[in-house]
Amino acid sequence: MKTPLYLDYSATTPCDPRVVQRMLPFFSDAFGNAASRSHAFGWTAEAAVEEARSQVAQLIGAHQKEILWTSGSTEANNLAIKGVAQMYREKGNHLITAVTEHKAVLDPMKNLEAQGFEVTWLPVDGRGRVDLKQLEAAITDRTILVSLMAANNEVGTLHPIAEIGAICKQKGTLFHSDATQCPGKIPLDVEAQHVDLMSISAHKMYGPKGVGCLYVRRKNPRVRLTAQMDGGGHERGMRSGTLNVTGIVGMGEAARICREEMATEAQKLRALRDRLEARLLKALPDAVRNGDPDARLPHLANVSFPYVEGESLIMGIKELAVSSGSACTSASLEPSYVLKSLGLGDELAHSSIRFSLGRFTTEAEVDFAADRVIAEVKRLREMSPLWEMVQDGVDLSQVKWTHH
Amino acid sequence: MAYSDKVLDHYQNPRNVGSLDKNAPDVGTGVVGAPECGDVMKLQIKVGDDGRILDAKFKTYGCGSAIASSSLATEWLKGTTVDAAAQIKNTQIVEELSLPPVKVHCSVLAEDAIKAAIDDWRKKKAAAQAAGKPAAQGAQP
Repeated sequence: MKTPLYLDYSATTPCDPRVVQRMLPFFSDAFGNAASRSHAFGWTAEAAVEEARSQVAQLIGAHQKEILWTSGSTEANNLAIKGVAQMYREKGNHLITAVTEHKAVLDPMKNLEAQGFEVTWLPVDGRGRVDLKQLEAAITDRTILVSLMAANNEVGTLHPIAEIGAICKQKGTLFHSDATQCPGKIPLDVEAQHVDLMSISAHKMYGPKGVGCLYVRRKNPRVRLTAQMDGGGHERGMRSGTLNVTGIVGMGEAARICREEMATEAQKLRALRDRLEARLLKALPDAVRNGDPDARLPHLANVSFPYVEGESLIMGIKELAVSSGSACTSASLEPSYVLKSLGLGDELAHSSIRFSLGRFTTEAEVDFAADRVIAEVKRLREMSPLWEMVQDGVDLSQVKWTHH
Repeated sequence: MAYSDKVLDHYQNPRNVGSLDKNAPDVGTGVVGAPECGDVMKLQIKVGDDGRILDAKFKTYGCGSAIASSSLATEWLKGTTVDAAAQIKNTQIVEELSLPPVKVHCSVLAEDAIKAAIDDWRKKKAAAQAAGKPAAQGAQP
């Protein structure tokens, strides 16, 4: 087994070799600026960009003219949220989102709040789901945007975006969805799901880093945005800046592969993920699966291992590249806000591990990962005073701890 | 996060993991920290008649630095006297393990655990003396 073994595909993916092959000429021979209209170098680049635009559009059921290139999902989210807020401020000053969104949605919202916009922060239930009745009730005639992710990046819970889209459409408010985790995993269709704006990033779908896109609906309704980047008027004036042709070509090819292979790939991922999860939960009493057991991404498992601490677990399974809900490694010492929003106590949040599998994960790798995690959790539990207390019949919630 | 070789060594080969009988008169137990803070340390000492620490054991729920801090503490405790043990400072642990600033709290917790274990032992001893029974571990200077 080649270690460290990569099981963090929700953080980023390697480029598919087919993507790399497709990109290579655009680093050197075909280096033209897609905005150069006066010569063949520009025309070649422009043709490649438009082909990629069409490939990405097909992935999400959009028209190619509705795809706007960005540097990634963070920029796409910023552009969608701030761009809508500024463009529609005459209509209203109210936006709605949920507490489990990525920081790239939460922070632009906070920024708007500081500027005088009103933001409703919807809570989630223990599975990470928003209450659609609560969403509906929160929409007023001053609401200009609802932003809810298609799938959560930490626990994998899917929001029912088709139903959310229908509510927004009926109420006459725009709907933005951060779908960064979804391409190649779950079907995306901006028409059927009534999505007005959608953010996607190449590096989560076996494309390169530094490129992404924002889908912006052109009809029923036509969505307008205030540009956040002014300059040469690229991308219909909504996002200036010379296009990252090489990256865009890679994203196009990545989108093509995701679309064509999703049916088989998602099934394979689900089987591997279920195998990993089943082994962990069977071997380790009290291990807890986080998120929605039903509506969730097929490649992701988020599991808490009570009585052991997350950072020490990560340290013990250093052959595995995974993410932890414990923020002990950062300066803040605060555990994941997403897990806390689901109602997990700090202790469970601290001991959670996110495993995200991908295109190149094998069954042997999954078994190796399960073996390592099981062995290490057992070792750390033998070292854990909490595990000892529980074995002695102590109710940890009744213990008087000395807080620091 | 980069760990020092000493932290890694204590984490991979922790010394003196285990438990002593917390009800024994010559055993002092200290439990400090809280699960929601991400660290709980249990440190125990077994003290001989001459005030020397005969044995020390720990169990720790916490990051690698917390495990290493408590493991190191038990190494230092064994064979020393209770009075000397009470003088152990967290800064010595920080220095020995090369803990970075964000991990200083692990060493503080270890110092607190040592003090709590000694307190517990002293209380048991005082209670035994007050009850008129000769202290199980003999006179303490």
